[in-house]
Amino acid sequence: MKIEELNRESEMLYSGHNACPGCGAALAVRYLTRALGPDLAIVLTASCWSIISGMPPLTALKCPILHCPFPSAGSVGSGVKRGLVAKGKPDTTVVVLAGDGGTFDIGLQALSGAAQRNEDYIFVCYDNEAYMNTGMQTSSATPFGARTATAPYPLFKAGQKKDIMQIMAAHSIPYAATATVAFPEDMEEKLKKAKKISGFRFIHILSPCPPGWGTESADTIQISRLAVNTGFFPLYEIRDGVSWEMTLKPDRSRIPLKEYLGAQRRFKQMDDRRIEILQEEVDHDWECLMEKVNTAD
Amino acid sequence: MAFELMSGSQAAAVAVQRVGIDLVAAYPITPQTAIVETLANFEAKGELGGEFVSVESEYAALACCYGAAATGARAFTATSSHGLAYMHEIIHWCSGARVPIVMVNVNRTIGAPWSLDPDQGDSLSQRDTGWMQIYCANAQEVFDTVLQAYALAEELLLPCMVVFDGFYISHTYEAIDVAEKEEVRRFIGPPGFEAQVKPGSPGNTHALTTGENQLLLVRNRHETMLRAPAVFEEINKRFSDIMGRSYKIIDYVIPPGAKTVFLAAGSTSETVRWALPKLNNTGLIQLRMFRPFPAGQLRSVLAAHDVEKVIVVDRNCSTGMGGIFAQELRSALYEMENPPQVQDMILAGGVDLTFEMLEKILIPGPDESRTEDKWGVDLK
Repeated sequence: MKIEELNRESEMLYSGHNACPGCGAALAVRYLTRALGPDLAIVLTASCWSIISGMPPLTALKCPILHCPFPSAGSVGSGVKRGLVAKGKPDTTVVVLAGDGGTFDIGLQALSGAAQRNEDYIFVCYDNEAYMNTGMQTSSATPFGARTATAPYPLFKAGQKKDIMQIMAAHSIPYAATATVAFPEDMEEKLKKAKKISGFRFIHILSPCPPGWGTESADTIQISRLAVNTGFFPLYEIRDGVSWEMTLKPDRSRIPLKEYLGAQRRFKQMDDRRIEILQEEVDHDWECLMEKVNTAD
Repeated sequence: MAFELMSGSQAAAVAVQRVGIDLVAAYPITPQTAIVETLANFEAKGELGGEFVSVESEYAALACCYGAAATGARAFTATSSHGLAYMHEIIHWCSGARVPIVMVNVNRTIGAPWSLDPDQGDSLSQRDTGWMQIYCANAQEVFDTVLQAYALAEELLLPCMVVFDGFYISHTYEAIDVAEKEEVRRFIGPPGFEAQVKPGSPGNTHALTTGENQLLLVRNRHETMLRAPAVFEEINKRFSDIMGRSYKIIDYVIPPGAKTVFLAAGSTSETVRWALPKLNNTGLIQLRMFRPFPAGQLRSVLAAHDVEKVIVVDRNCSTGMGGIFAQELRSALYEMENPPQVQDMILAGGVDLTFEMLEKILIPGPDESRTEDKWGVDLK
């Protein structure tokens, strides 16, 4: 997409928001509000976006935002959607916006409940792979080998990242997809597809975090692209929990995972053995994914 | 007007159906289950008039109500004991967010160990969450209070908890006067309070604020809640004109010359009321509204009747301090010139209040102080 092709009228993120320079989550929400707006209501749980949205009476978005406590996002989304229907506003798209903590960890129960009930809204997880708002503490979305504030050197995140997409697929929801900020057209297409489907939809967005990941603000897109091209974060969609489809198939043989890890200071202390462990894990996940994609074909 | 035989739980559910509900979020817990089951039966017959959502926890139930109420919808949930404790975070959030949700709590002891008896510690441990709390003494009060609670909550934009004892009220069948939908509609129309989520209109609702702003919000909420007794009186006037029944914040029976009164909330107040004719020259103050605490009204009633001693029936205990109703009363009496003595009768664990206990506490033994705390087991 060329910059002159952007429809400025459809922008819903105001300038002057509180995100750090190069914030992947700010970009993600800019793209998603543009794709899903203008008749949009956002339920926002505790996360970086609680700060990015600004302090009332200021606001960073052109649509209503309702803040909610950390574990409650999935349930508050149900109430807002059903309330709007009861009040004669069934056409408003409801988006629940949560970070990885509010999705993978403390919000998982409410997310699972809402997904199982097939609530009619879109749950968007912007995943920066740790509790970044509180200062980079480990979450269950933190990848193996990363250094965090609760796993400081010489410690590192010991377990593997939780596979949230398989969990969501197991709920047999109508639509689930991964996306990241380096591929805005792919993200937009998925969001627009999701908007047309009714029932529970889940979008998992990888959102690079320059201060948390130890990258330069200017490198966010580059990092996001490397995550996809090394196979660390594949781009795909799942229909009804069974139909898996790649939306972008990188040639992984060209770029080793080491390149992605080496660009981030959070992985600085990883030795070759640990890099190999993570590379094996990524390879394994990739094979499993390909199996699902091929079965779906 | 039609008298029907129903339990306290059914009375609560029928009141919710009559009031015209947009959303019920439900999760089962003993002894509250009959409430959500009755509402589910309305749903099954297509008579609920709103959405019925079976959620995965009590926390989710109240969170779902919060979301609905933020769109201007009328929402209801009911819980008990551990369920209420599990909701604690979102209970605070709802009052800060000023959403007029009505929730029923059926009193039950919180473990460990597991227990089913109606200790009031579950609702009383939510004392400081910014919700109004009204304690009901029988099924008729439950039915009427649920209706009145919606009117009160939506007028003040504050959530309201309607509380009654597990089993003694929730599972006991009584003949009650059940208002039909049309009658209830004359008392309370569809919800008219302002939505917080307004599609098409930007708003950063309940986002981060400063301590100074929070102070203003807390003060506003406090001062708004202090208006509840006056607003309740107006609502009750309208209610009694239509239904022919009337309620007070505190209800009392104090015979002329009675120097000792019991203070009780919920079903224990019914026990005392029944026992009064058999107890020599003793009165009763039934505490209905606990938040806001009717300190001024209590002082006035006690002063006007020259009461010398109040025996508080506390089916609860704040460990390290004592019965909670007694604490609150003592605090209210501090500003009185000649305050009555306060004696606490602690029935924590949900112990049943018997006539023998009432008799025994009125006649202290030769070595006992007139104000010594009395535990239920000692009184048997």
